[in-house]
Amino acid sequence: MMMLKIAFRNILRNRRRSTMTLLAIAVGAIGIVLFGEFVRFVTAGLETGAVEKVGHLTVFRTGYFAFGAGNPTDFGIDDYAGVVRLIREDPALAPKLNVVTPIVSLAGIAGNFDLDASKTFLGTGVVPSDRDRLSRWDEHGVSRRRIPPSSGLRDDDQTRGVVGVGLARVLGLCERLKVGDCPPRPRAPRANGAPLDDDLAGLALADRAGSRPPDGDGLPRLDLLAATAGGAPNVVSLFVGRAERQGVRELDDNFVAMHIALAQKLVYGRTPPKATGIVVQLRHTADLASVRQRLRALFAERHLDLEIRDFAELQPFYKQAVGMFGAIFLFISLIMGVIVLFTVVNTMGMSVMERTTEIGSARAMGVRRSGIRRLFVTEGAILGAIGATAGAALAQAIASAVNHAGMMWTPPGQAAPIPLEILTAGSTGLIVRVWLGLVVAATLAALVPANRGARLPVVDALRHV
Amino acid sequence: MTMTNSSNTQAAPVVRFDGVTKTYDDDGVQVEAVRSVSFAITPLRFTMIVGPSGSGKTTLLNLIGCIDKPTTGRLEVCEQDVAALTDDEVTDFRARHVAFVFQSFNLFPVLTAFENVEYPLLLLGVAAGERRARAAAMLDAVGLASLGHHRPNQLSGGQKQRVAIARALVKGPALVLADEPTANLDTHTGAEIIALMRRIQDDQAVSFVFSTHDPQLMSHADETFAIRDGRLEEGAP
Repeated sequence: MMMLKIAFRNILRNRRRSTMTLLAIAVGAIGIVLFGEFVRFVTAGLETGAVEKVGHLTVFRTGYFAFGAGNPTDFGIDDYAGVVRLIREDPALAPKLNVVTPIVSLAGIAGNFDLDASKTFLGTGVVPSDRDRLSRWDEHGVSRRRIPPSSGLRDDDQTRGVVGVGLARVLGLCERLKVGDCPPRPRAPRANGAPLDDDLAGLALADRAGSRPPDGDGLPRLDLLAATAGGAPNVVSLFVGRAERQGVRELDDNFVAMHIALAQKLVYGRTPPKATGIVVQLRHTADLASVRQRLRALFAERHLDLEIRDFAELQPFYKQAVGMFGAIFLFISLIMGVIVLFTVVNTMGMSVMERTTEIGSARAMGVRRSGIRRLFVTEGAILGAIGATAGAALAQAIASAVNHAGMMWTPPGQAAPIPLEILTAGSTGLIVRVWLGLVVAATLAALVPANRGARLPVVDALRHV
Repeated sequence: MTMTNSSNTQAAPVVRFDGVTKTYDDDGVQVEAVRSVSFAITPLRFTMIVGPSGSGKTTLLNLIGCIDKPTTGRLEVCEQDVAALTDDEVTDFRARHVAFVFQSFNLFPVLTAFENVEYPLLLLGVAAGERRARAAAMLDAVGLASLGHHRPNQLSGGQKQRVAIARALVKGPALVLADEPTANLDTHTGAEIIALMRRIQDDQAVSFVFSTHDPQLMSHADETFAIRDGRLEEGAP
């Protein structure tokens, strides 16, 4: 107790120097905590963005992930409804699940034959209501201030779809879909342009003849061409409800979402429909490993030839971005730690120099070397503790101010700007780690001058002027 | 070497030098501060070590205080060969048996007068209640009971030296070493401090060893050792 009292009073001796040291430690704490909370926000945002799109886990027929895109028939899941039911009804899994839904991934050509425009697309067939529920997942609260736009898809309307804004622009749908930032479409020089392939136009016309009346809801219409399981071309009509930003230009220019039944019709034709994957979205990401393990066991029990991939495998950008932010955080933390280290070394070094005679007196009175060392190390630890506590508290105040400032930003891989936030909720672990790290850094920094003070010969210390 | 008072000659010496030499390395030059000194200090005396500046009296005092070790020879303090002890052992030995009164008082500026006096007892692990009682009694004995809560910078030179004496004596040491204790005090205050130390010595049965130039202090000596150029002089100082 006396040691703490003496250490604390010694800190107050040179108030200006101690204040500067505390400021350096506090600034270090503010920097690390704020950036750490921001990285948590970005990471949570990236996770939310990925999980909204592809769930936490996707179940594929074994081999689909590597080869299946070229052969959705052989690598499709036959009894997908049974697998969905199996997952949903498993008592161990049920409480952890948010959405379990089949999807069909496909590729083909989308054409707006009124403008003689066509474009390759990457499509996904979804259960519309499930897709909407997927997009409302927000475990970390990063999207709480964003109202997720309605996809415009309906379970009872198999003809509706959504396209990426890039695809809408290329196919001349900007005006009708009210897409902003869309340059006016120049009139194509018909004379030099190749006429639309007769076969393709014919297929489209043939399909239209059997479908509902065109533009029934006043929606623009696209014709989607894909190869069926047998390799024959197949065409369906899609009424585009809206254009969505995907965040990545390549995806914007190629994205089409449609009702799963329409995708199955396009890919599997008249053969029994399959799903290329089953998306599993959990309530909490923390359950991912246990759910994956249970799914594996479940599939093995039922001899189902299925494999499981998580969102990080399906969205490599997530892993890369998280890794990059992690590396930046580590780098900033190290720099701050080194600044704190040198500041405390300097402060304690000056303190040892100024108090050399006192060290001599204490040693002469019977204080061991370890006692001198302990005193200066305690002073370093107290400086670290006060500075880190003040820094952590200030960081929370700054975070709160930033969160209420209404700043917007577009995170990497996101389509639209979102409110800039510093994720303070659930940051206790981060704050405790930063606090401990800075206290340890300050304590270690004090050890060097403390050792120097402790090793001084008593006679030399007493003679010091 | 002169003994001006020969009482207590039967008791074992509190300090015994036997052919002690202390050599310093001064930037590569070996300097003999104390040269083959042999003498013994009788307990419960006011012993003075006198000599001109640079004669080696402070070195002698440092050796007696166990904050320095002889280069050669044997030195016993309270019948303990201090050269044989490790650093921690000699530090603990000092904590128990030896106390210092410095010329510049050397009080801890962050502690109050009371805490300064209490501090040596803390090092000995004395229980808090006893510690406080003994510190209060000691402060009372030096006439500073009412100034216990004052920090050293709020005290006069004489008051600081009284606190330093209280701090030195509170643990009941066998030996109190005082290096020019009156040098920073005016004559009147110096006389008061000397009288105080003499009174406490009588009360507590402590051996005092002084290093001094001060004729006023020297006049109180029971025993005087004169040193010049690192050697003890024969005859009175």
